[in-house]
Amino acid sequence: MLFSPTPLHIPDGFLNLVISLLFWALTMAMVGLAISKTNKTLGERQIPLMGVMAAFIFAAQMLNFPVAGGTSGHFLGGALAAIVLGPWAGILTMTAVVAVQGLLFQDGGLLVMGANIFNMGILTAAIGFGLYRAVRNRPRALRLGGIGVAAWLSTIAAALITSLQLWLSGTSRLEIVIPAMLGVHALIGFGEAVITVAAVAFIEQTRPDLLRAENSANGKWGWAVAGMGISLLVVLISPLASAKPDGLERIAEDLGFINAGRSAPYEILPDYTVPLLGETALSTILAGAIGALFVLGILILVGRRMSSRA
Amino acid sequence: MPVKHQAVHDIRTPLCEGEILQVQDLEFAYPSGYAALRGIDLCIREGERVALVGPNGAGKSTLMLHLNGILGQSKAILIAGLPVIPENYPVIRALVGLVFQNPDDQLFSPTVFEDVAFGPLHMGLSEEEIYQRVEEALAAVQMSEFEDHLCYHLSMGQKKRVAIATVLAMRPKILVLDEPSAGLDPRARRSLIQFLDTLPITMLAATHDMRLVEDLFPRMVIMDEGEIVADGLTSRLMANDSLLKAHGLESSRA
Amino acid sequence: MHVDAFNQYHAGESLIHHLDARAKVVVAISFIFSNALLPDGSWVTFTLAWMFLLLANELSGLGLGFTLKRSFVALPFALVAGSAIFSPLGEPLAVWDLGFMTLIPTDAGVRRFFSVLIRSWLSVQMAILLVATTPFPDLIHALEHLRAPRVLTTIIAFLYRYLFILTDEARRLLRARESRSANLSGRKHGGTLWWRAKVTGNMVGQLFIRSYERSDRIYKAMLSRGYAGHLRTLNPHIMRRFDWLILILSLTFLLLVQFLGWIQ
Repeated sequence: MLFSPTPLHIPDGFLNLVISLLFWALTMAMVGLAISKTNKTLGERQIPLMGVMAAFIFAAQMLNFPVAGGTSGHFLGGALAAIVLGPWAGILTMTAVVAVQGLLFQDGGLLVMGANIFNMGILTAAIGFGLYRAVRNRPRALRLGGIGVAAWLSTIAAALITSLQLWLSGTSRLEIVIPAMLGVHALIGFGEAVITVAAVAFIEQTRPDLLRAENSANGKWGWAVAGMGISLLVVLISPLASAKPDGLERIAEDLGFINAGRSAPYEILPDYTVPLLGETALSTILAGAIGALFVLGILILVGRRMSSRA
Repeated sequence: MPVKHQAVHDIRTPLCEGEILQVQDLEFAYPSGYAALRGIDLCIREGERVALVGPNGAGKSTLMLHLNGILGQSKAILIAGLPVIPENYPVIRALVGLVFQNPDDQLFSPTVFEDVAFGPLHMGLSEEEIYQRVEEALAAVQMSEFEDHLCYHLSMGQKKRVAIATVLAMRPKILVLDEPSAGLDPRARRSLIQFLDTLPITMLAATHDMRLVEDLFPRMVIMDEGEIVADGLTSRLMANDSLLKAHGLESSRA
Repeated sequence: MHVDAFNQYHAGESLIHHLDARAKVVVAISFIFSNALLPDGSWVTFTLAWMFLLLANELSGLGLGFTLKRSFVALPFALVAGSAIFSPLGEPLAVWDLGFMTLIPTDAGVRRFFSVLIRSWLSVQMAILLVATTPFPDLIHALEHLRAPRVLTTIIAFLYRYLFILTDEARRLLRARESRSANLSGRKHGGTLWWRAKVTGNMVGQLFIRSYERSDRIYKAMLSRGYAGHLRTLNPHIMRRFDWLILILSLTFLLLVQFLGWIQ
């Protein structure tokens, strides 16, 4: 089967109604904005360009590459779409992709589609384009490295928010779902990073005019700030959430809201941010930052290697 | 560098006043600076069938895209007396039915019906008239029973026919075809030629298919390097082997 | 691969096939909404919802078990919900000591786990039935009528149209890659993982450029046919009295299911 469901396309039933509707609202607001923004910058070309680009992302997701033992790396494409098309067009493109995956192939549910679009289209666009915007005019190696980090982090961010949504819906235990999802996606994200970097490098060489054309309208630093802010949040939350102390009793206290998944999800949040001040939390944040720097270093090396070969 | 022949213009009338297509001294350069068209003169009478031949990069497609203003306005072109300027675009795009080489680029809607309806719909016609025109156009290309089919499910020959129907539905005065027989197997090609022969409409077709030219187009225009190097009766030009060879062509009997 | 792997529509002449696409979309979404709203462990009402689904299956002429056979796509995701079994609420059912951690399944946790699975299983079947009985272009029109932004529905229509063509193109690229990857015996196949990912990236870049250029040609074809930036659509669908009847009956049934689910 070509479109094997990835752990990021949440099916119906796994998120509760409050979370589903909340993310539908967020997504609709962002998509509405994206429609009017792309209409301004692209004009008449908006429809054919976005439509074919959505089909392109869909087809590109098919180009999986063998990793090992019969498994294959999957490509999400949210960061790439935002980098090559600009953030708003990227959002619109991914919205169409996720919508068709859910509607036509049942890869992702309908009631939870708002959340799926948010996770795989909006968040990935913000991180992907935001970080790219920050390094766009830097030397090639740094630029490609930055793109790699953006792609990797966008996958991690999508996995993180998916886990949080599942947790807030009372479907999964945080201390299980976070390490599982983040662990898997740290690997998947590496494939995403290499493919995104190679694709952008290829386009930069063959048709550099395309990248300039689509990004010239997005010259403001707002996206860079938003992208870096969200990335920082991801880097802070991920280790914090996965390094929960052992013992189900302790978790029981924290996660007392899981009664049929219908308690107000916001009740638990203040509880959860308190340990931020604690010593152990500080150390995990530090660990997260060091880990991210490590990945950045590797990806800059990768970028160097790629540019020297080209 | 091909040898320049004396241009053969035995059909061109000194004045082409009142004719369906008039092009006078059309120049065009792409933003990169490449001069794709250098002083094109071309007149086509109503009901004429003209083939446009020449090597790749001769400027055939560029010329065709100019005829309805896709590459920008041009006062050097008159369609039924109207200059190709933005105010006239809506009328001119209905008058000039442009059929692209790859039907997959031309048929961009999911179903056959929607695609054929696209032109009439964007001409602002009434719903009733749209349905009538779609029916008519599909009947003209003998594809009526495919109205609800998905475009992707059609064969290449069927796609070409539907692509022609999409512009026929706009009731054009002149049909402009880019490589109509490209990508067709011999049988589909034969049937397309027979079908085109039944259409009572002015036709301009760019093609490399010299047998198609001989079968369907009494008049032939040879382009090379952005210029018209020959314009005359197909039978005469086809007999001129050195002319054909000089522009990278060969006669159908070769 | 065959073309029709993409075509989820199963042609038919049944009552469900002839139902207006809008009515089907509204009923399907209400059904999924209703499942999400039902409390955990309301097995009776879950069964009622299942009956509704079976009836729809039967009326579609595709057979009672049609959607059942295709409903396991969401199964891998069930693993994610597995951790709900160990919810700290409710009475412990057992204590599993794994050495590094102790797992305690509880009754509330098990109830939650199975409720999530059933909701998901019912919902995905309804979505399958919707696309199996409604041609995708009609589905897009229905969304348009239901006030989805037209720009978005048109982009989706384009995606649907070119999805096939671009995946074909992607497949040709893959085939070209395979035919050039010699598999010499005794050698490691296909280069390093890094190299494979990079080659894939180059293919993605190539596909992007081809797609971009294609979108430009399509844009020209649209301009040639009178497109001037403003999209128009025909409104070929009319809700008949019968469509309204089915819609109202279905929604009433779902309301009844909700009522029963909550008085338990």
